[in-house]
Amino acid sequence: MKIIVFIEKDPRTGALRDVSIELAYKAYSLVKPFQGEAVGVFVGDELPEDCEKAFQFGLHRLVYYLNAKLAHLHSIAYKNIIQAMIEAETPDIVLFGATHTGRDLAPLLASALKTGLTADCTQLHIDEYKSRGPILYQVRPAFGGNILATIITPEQRPMMATVREGVMLPPETKPQHPIRTEPFALRFQEQWIINEFLSVAPKLTKINFNRTHIIVAGGAGVGSRANFRLINQLADAFGGEVGASRAAVDFGFAPKERQIGQTGAVVRPKLYIACGISGSIQHRAGMDESQKIMAINSDPQAPIFSIAHLGIVGDLKEIIPVLLQYLKEA
Amino acid sequence: MKKIIVLAKQVPDTANITGQAMKADGTVNRAALPTVFNPDDLNAMETALRIKDAIRAEVIVITMGPPAAVAILKDALYMGADRVILISDRKFAGADTLATSYVLAEAIKKIGAVDLVLAGRQAIDGDTAQVGPQVAEKIGFNQVTYITDIETITEDYLVVARDGELQTERIKTPFPVLLTITDETNTPRYPNCLNMLKYFRAGTASQLEATLGDITGDNDWETARAHNQVIPVWKAEDLGLDLNRCGIKGSPTRVHKIENITLTGGDLELYNTDPMAIKQLVLDLRKDYAEVNE
Repeated sequence: MKIIVFIEKDPRTGALRDVSIELAYKAYSLVKPFQGEAVGVFVGDELPEDCEKAFQFGLHRLVYYLNAKLAHLHSIAYKNIIQAMIEAETPDIVLFGATHTGRDLAPLLASALKTGLTADCTQLHIDEYKSRGPILYQVRPAFGGNILATIITPEQRPMMATVREGVMLPPETKPQHPIRTEPFALRFQEQWIINEFLSVAPKLTKINFNRTHIIVAGGAGVGSRANFRLINQLADAFGGEVGASRAAVDFGFAPKERQIGQTGAVVRPKLYIACGISGSIQHRAGMDESQKIMAINSDPQAPIFSIAHLGIVGDLKEIIPVLLQYLKEA
Repeated sequence: MKKIIVLAKQVPDTANITGQAMKADGTVNRAALPTVFNPDDLNAMETALRIKDAIRAEVIVITMGPPAAVAILKDALYMGADRVILISDRKFAGADTLATSYVLAEAIKKIGAVDLVLAGRQAIDGDTAQVGPQVAEKIGFNQVTYITDIETITEDYLVVARDGELQTERIKTPFPVLLTITDETNTPRYPNCLNMLKYFRAGTASQLEATLGDITGDNDWETARAHNQVIPVWKAEDLGLDLNRCGIKGSPTRVHKIENITLTGGDLELYNTDPMAIKQLVLDLRKDYAEVNE
């Protein structure tokens, strides 16, 4: 069993992206029962500066291709290089982060290799399938988060998937593999570079919900941008992060990068406080694995209460100030 | 004159699930959902029309789907598409993204001399965002995904903004190219009244037979054709397709299992709005979570 993992770096910091570390560990744990190999592939201008971390988390080997012209995502160049790497390594499975880069490249490769690709997986496991032997079972939410589908690629190889960031968290204890990197030999072709990057502006606002234990999120029921300040204050009082439902983002109460749910971030804090969030399936897809869920909503029938552990039925404009007051006193 | 193809999909409206679409067990009755023009595809459609407004271009909208998908092609005509084509065949049933992209790519090749292909970022039923790039690969086009803005439109190139997730990228990209369009790019226009008058009775030949059939003469067919009201339907044989690459046969992925997500009853502890009760709740939370943020 050999799994190839696409390794990405954060262009703003030059460090590995979290999802790449998560995938390194996931690939390691998937191949372990087979004494298999977890191989990273990297394409870019320079290796991530903290490459050793991928090995600490279970990568066995990293194959890389560097060229100064590959600082940015040139889809055709990246695809041609990774395709050559896959053809040389003949893996059983290829995993990408479900990042904008991963979801740009993985479909190109699956098309070129004429194989199956499953998008945005939240669970992966290997099991026997009829006489085919062990295959990858890929679980993903579909249909707007209303169903959970298990997708397989029984015949074609490699089996390919993109994996959501933040859902396959590695444990504290790491395999601690030694660093083993090898350059990939391939003649660079100028015609692979078609787009011209005129400018690149780093986004500074990406919120790392995974680093916080408490999230206070507001929804349509917050009512106005002014009222949303209550959500910010409550988050501050708990030392947590502010989240928002899609409705709150659509109404302009909160910026898009704070969106939690099917089309936003997937979070699993220790405590999730949902304020004025009815709890649509789309929203629940992003937060229902939180350890404890508290809901404040004026509608006792709101679906959020069916997954909440703690609930207050009432007007959040009255309740939150009281909460804030007692939090100060406590 | 640029030739622009818009890839559109008719989808169940998963974003607006109402009571009627919920079954007694709390799962969604997918068959009861109304169908809509996939939202991101409307942004792709608007992008095409804006490019047409800026430079000379022909906008052709294609969709692969059942005969009922004609509804979104009519919407495209109402918005201002020049031509629409329905790609429909029972042999396409059960297609995953690989088989779908094969059929769409062959249709684009048949149309020929295409400069620009526009697709919505993703469809709200599958959420895969794969068909656009897979079409690009099959027709040998360059691609730029996650477009958030079209800044400059010229005869030779476009300047676009791309949401690179961690950074925003401004990219100059020459034709031919395939772009996947996000809902940040623009606000889709409303249907045009004159176009609605012109196309309200548009349909496929078999649909028009029901209204034009025997009752009226050939003149009506002539008129319908002259007014671009007969929507062409391309089947597998019209495209000369390899049937082993279509539909379920051409799909490497299989759905192994489907679990409906149900509303599970948790052990909900309800507090009333009495201040003392809230105080107790705050104290409980403080106790439980004071240490986790240390």
